[in-house]
Formats: sequence, structure tokens, C-alpha cells
Amino acid sequence: MNTAAVTTPGAAPSQAAADPWRSHPARILRITPEVPGVRTYDLEFRDAGVRDAYRFAAGQFNMLYLPGIGEAAISISSDAAQPQVLAHTVRAVGNVTDALARLRVGDEVLLRGPYGRPWPVETLRGRHVVVVGGGLGLASQRTAICEFARHRDHYASVTILHGAKTPEGLFYTAEYAAWRAAGIEVRPAVDQGDAGWSGHVGLVTDLFADLAIDPTNAAVLCCGPDPMMTAVARAAARVGIPSGDVYVSLERNMACAVRHCGLCQFGPHFVCQDGPVFAYDSIVEFLAVPHL
Amino acid sequence: MTIPQISPGSWWWLDAAGLERLITVLAAAGYRVVGPQVADGAVVIRDLASARDLPTGWLDEQDGGTYRLRFDPAAGTFDHVVGPHSLKNFLFPARETIAKFTRADGMWSQEELVRAEPPLAVIGVRACDLEALRIQDRVFMGGEHVDPAYAARREKLFIVAANCRRAVATCFCHSMGCGPAATHSFDLALTEHGSGMRAESGGGPSRFACEVGSDRGAEILAALGDGLDVCTPAEVAVAQAVPQELAARMHAREAEPGKPRPRSLDTEGIRDLLFDNLEHARWDDVASRCLSCTNCTLVCPTCFCASVTEVADLSGDHVERERHWASCFTLDHAKIHGHSVRSSTASRYRQWLTHKLAGWIDQFGTSGCTGCGRCITWCPVGIDITEEVAAIRGTSDATTAPGGGP
Repeated sequence: MNTAAVTTPGAAPSQAAADPWRSHPARILRITPEVPGVRTYDLEFRDAGVRDAYRFAAGQFNMLYLPGIGEAAISISSDAAQPQVLAHTVRAVGNVTDALARLRVGDEVLLRGPYGRPWPVETLRGRHVVVVGGGLGLASQRTAICEFARHRDHYASVTILHGAKTPEGLFYTAEYAAWRAAGIEVRPAVDQGDAGWSGHVGLVTDLFADLAIDPTNAAVLCCGPDPMMTAVARAAARVGIPSGDVYVSLERNMACAVRHCGLCQFGPHFVCQDGPVFAYDSIVEFLAVPHL
Repeated sequence: MTIPQISPGSWWWLDAAGLERLITVLAAAGYRVVGPQVADGAVVIRDLASARDLPTGWLDEQDGGTYRLRFDPAAGTFDHVVGPHSLKNFLFPARETIAKFTRADGMWSQEELVRAEPPLAVIGVRACDLEALRIQDRVFMGGEHVDPAYAARREKLFIVAANCRRAVATCFCHSMGCGPAATHSFDLALTEHGSGMRAESGGGPSRFACEVGSDRGAEILAALGDGLDVCTPAEVAVAQAVPQELAARMHAREAEPGKPRPRSLDTEGIRDLLFDNLEHARWDDVASRCLSCTNCTLVCPTCFCASVTEVADLSGDHVERERHWASCFTLDHAKIHGHSVRSSTASRYRQWLTHKLAGWIDQFGTSGCTGCGRCITWCPVGIDITEEVAAIRGTSDATTAPGGGP
């Protein structure tokens, strides 16, 4: 991690002198169970100098490293105004994330970052913001939600549409009350409800029809499985939100996060640096192609 | 009378003894000297102790899936073209440690990597591989992040280029605009005259017109000692005409019955051509032949994909992160939690070709292909990148219904 670089996330400062493979030890301060198989790890750099210099922006990610096991790209999901503690919400689905699930508070991981283009949070001021998160996709948007909650008056409206298979698969439910108190509308949707469920049953895209916003002054921030991105852009278009106002965050395989390893390629893009957040219009022709 | 100076842009004659002295001087200056040699039935790049190790008299015949060497006493020292190796094997090795971690008292720390490799001097680098070097420079050093291992080797690299005076059927540098003349990135460049083994009428064995390309090249050449003859302007013109004449011959090549088809690649509008045809039926066609063996990506002098493997000792307290070449022809390349985005061979071949010839232009402002032809030669089933592009170009108009994409 180059400290000079992280002060201006998303820009392209020179890192000529920095070793891109430099990782820094970070202690697990807290582990919060989210949905089954998913936990949030609050991490703090061991080195005070690294900790104090670290800055990130909403939608960026870190490379979490467990020596001898491997590295994984994980979105940062905490408040960017408090960059001393970095939350990462992780589903145990592979070598690294399974090993992470066996760690306890006080254990250390290694960390380098932040990487990638952030959500265009600042440029959306004055507009109606619709955050669409499919399952764990909401983790990459939580930092942006913190910004929206803090500066709610800077935005015409903020709505979170969050989809999951079941009510117990919804993320960050403990925070909905605080988000709502800040003036954010939170609308979950599940494929299958249960006895206590009174919310929407169906696709998250169904909820677009009920949005009471000016679609010509709106923006959509979407993160979920690839097919969901396309579906959301189409749903937005149906209510009059132009595709040019839709932003999506993609996930791809990654070994380096610095545009060298080639694994995260998506059409002509490197997801690590050109993304993970893309203007939908800039990748729509590639999203439409299966197995790209 | 002006005494000519050994300086960039000047030309000097090297005879066989001079070439030998060049290798000796480079080694004495601390360089690890490598160059082409015949081994295991191919011209490969290995450590070079003497000019006698160079493949003088050996010619390669190449075609889709075919590589054969034959000895011709009339052939010179650099009349073979390119074998499976390129500068990539040395600047971006197939395996290398990129980070080391040690655990003490339960806490991990990262060790400083000591890079103590000697500087590298490579003899006989062709124009296509100089272009590949320029392309890999952009990948590893041209962006926001610089790869320290590559940059350290690149900075100290000494290149003795060799101008081609022969092309094989798989060569198509002329159509990629980067050969066969060596025009950049070298410290010294040799243009061979005569043949290595047999005196031509009125001549002796090969001698080399040596163009100085850098101050470092001038220093090394000066260290060869007195007695270097400067090339006259007329001799320089003769030397410069050698790759130019080859280029003209390559442009004029036509298919002949019973001979390998001479390759060329039409790059006109190629980025949009390929990205507009991502669901063309040809991807399935080539997938029915492709073995996903990764050979093309291994021999390609510009392919840069890599993955990282953890290498730990038995205690688990010492871990090295080993970077190794990866290939978009493997399922692992595009895996995300348990499945691969590119599950079909068609999607993987499409990734390779569209990245090489289209995506690369967006990413690095240059094609990823130099026309070296290695991917054609070393493909076990002879898949030909020029033919695949021609097939897509030939049927890419909207009236031909594409279908059945990956």
C-alpha cells in the first residue's frame, strides 16, 4: 500500500517506488456474524503509521492475505470517515475465506489496498440515489450508505433496494433503523418469505415501479450477480432512469489488484483498476455477452 | 581527418572474432550473456559461453504445428528466426518469488526481497521481440504500479539485436508494423553479411555490420579494443537494405502449392471487428480444434497473465509467494467462488484472441501481437491466429447470421 496514493482514491498517482506486493499486518478487532456463512471482520493495522495514512473511498476493496493460504479481494464495507477500522464482510466460499472463518478476535491477517474505482458518491449530490444490492453485494455499498446517511440533505432522496433469497439472507438488518432515522428508505425484497415477513416477495427489480422519484434526476448504484446488473439497468430504464445514470460493481478473479496479473479482465477492462465500479453504459456491450 | 567515434548511430564492422570478443567483453563487464543455441531440436535461448555456441548454419522451417531444424552450410549465424523462447522468459520468468513472509511469536512480517541477479545481455534479439519488449514494458512499467522485479531486470538489460534476412511462413511482423528491421530498444544491432560456414565467392565467413543504439552499447563496443573498422556510408546503406529487402519480399509473398502458406494479418479496424463479433460462430469452430493446452500463451512473447501460489516450509513460519505464468485457456483463470466465468473452450479462445488483438489496444495503446508467429508454430493442432481473424473478418457483415457463440 502506498500511502501517497490512497489519499486520492480512484485517481492515478505515481507509485513507481512502491512494491505492489507489500502487505501490512492488521489485527481482527471484532467478528460480527451476518447471515449464515458470512461474517464481518473489523480490522486495524498493527503499524500506527500505516493506520494513520490509510484512506479509502466507498466501493474500493482490499487484498486480504493469509500467509501460506492465499489472498482474496474483499470490499471495504465500513465508514470511510473512520479509516482506522476497516470492515470486510466475507462469505466463506474458498480457501482463503474458509481459513478466515477459522480466525478469532486478536488474530492477524495481512492487508494491502485500497484498490479500484469508487462509487461516484460526490458527483451524485442533488440527485435521487437508488442503491440496489443483491445479497452480499450490499457490502460494497455500505460505505456509500454511510456517506448518504451522514449527508442525507445533500441528496434529493436515498433508497436502498436490497434483495435476498430469504429474510435471514438479508444483510445489515440491525442498521436499517439507523439508516431510516437518517432519512433513507430501506426496501428489502426476498424470493421466499417466512411467517414474520411483511415486505416484498419477488425480485428486487419489482420495486422500481414504486419509486417516487424524478427519474431524470436519479442515479442507480447496483452490485450483485452479473445477470442482476442487466436486469436492474432494464428496470431502471422502464421507469425512465437513463442507462447513463446506472453504475455497477463487478467481481472477477484477481491475483494482483494492480493491473498486472490479467486475471480480472472483462472485455477490454481490468476490473481491479478500471472497476470494480463501472458506468453501466461503458460495459453494457460486454455484460450482454455470456461467458466473457 | 576526423577520427570516427563509437557513439549511438554509428556503424562498425565485427568479424567472427569480433563477435566472440563481444561475448567476452559483456561477460567481463558482469553480464550474464544468453543467446540462441540448438538444443532438443529447436533454437532456444540459453547461457552463451562462446560465439561457437550460436546456431551458425541452422535454419528453421515453421508452419502451423510444425517446427523443424535443418543444417545448411550456406546459412549464417542468425538465419534461423524465432524459437519457443523470447525475452519474456528472462524478464518475466515462468516462476519467481514476489514476496516473503516470516512468522515469529505468532506475528507475521514481510521480508525485504534481495534481488542479486547479474544484469542480462541477450544476443540475437529480433525486431518482433524488441516490439514484444516494448509491449511488456507498458504492462509492467507503464501504469500506476510498477513491477519491481521486471523493472530491475529491464533497467540493466543489454540487447544485441539481429536484423532478420530470412522469414519463415509463420512470420508476419511486416503486417503488424514492427519488423523485420530492428529500429529501437537495442544497445547494438547486427546485420549479417556472408555465411557462417562457407566462403562465398570473394568473401569469407560472416561478418556483421554493427549499429550502435545506446551509450551503453557504445561503451561495450569501445571495450572490444582498437582496430574496429567503421562502416562507410555505402556499407551502412547496404546493411540497412537487408531487412528492407526482406520486408519487401514478405509483403510480396504468395501462397504456393505444396509450401506452407505465408502469413499476414489485416489489422484494419481490428478492435471493433473483434468486439463486434463476440458471438460469432467461428469461436465454436475454433473451439472444436483447440485443446486448451496453453502452448500459445506460453510461447507468446507478450502474454503476461500470472497467478500466485503460496509456498510454505514445514513449520509454516516461512512463506514465499511465488508468481507463475497463468493462461486464459485454463478454467482457473476466470474462477470466482467455485465456478469459472469462461467455462467453454470457445469463451477461452475468444478471450485470448480478443485480448491480444483488441482489448490490448484499449489497455496499453498497442496491439498485443508482434507477428512473431510462435502461437501458430507451437500450437499442437496448428490453429492460426491470422486465419481465425480472416475468418471472422470474412463473414462479419450483418447479412451472415452469426450464432451459437460460447
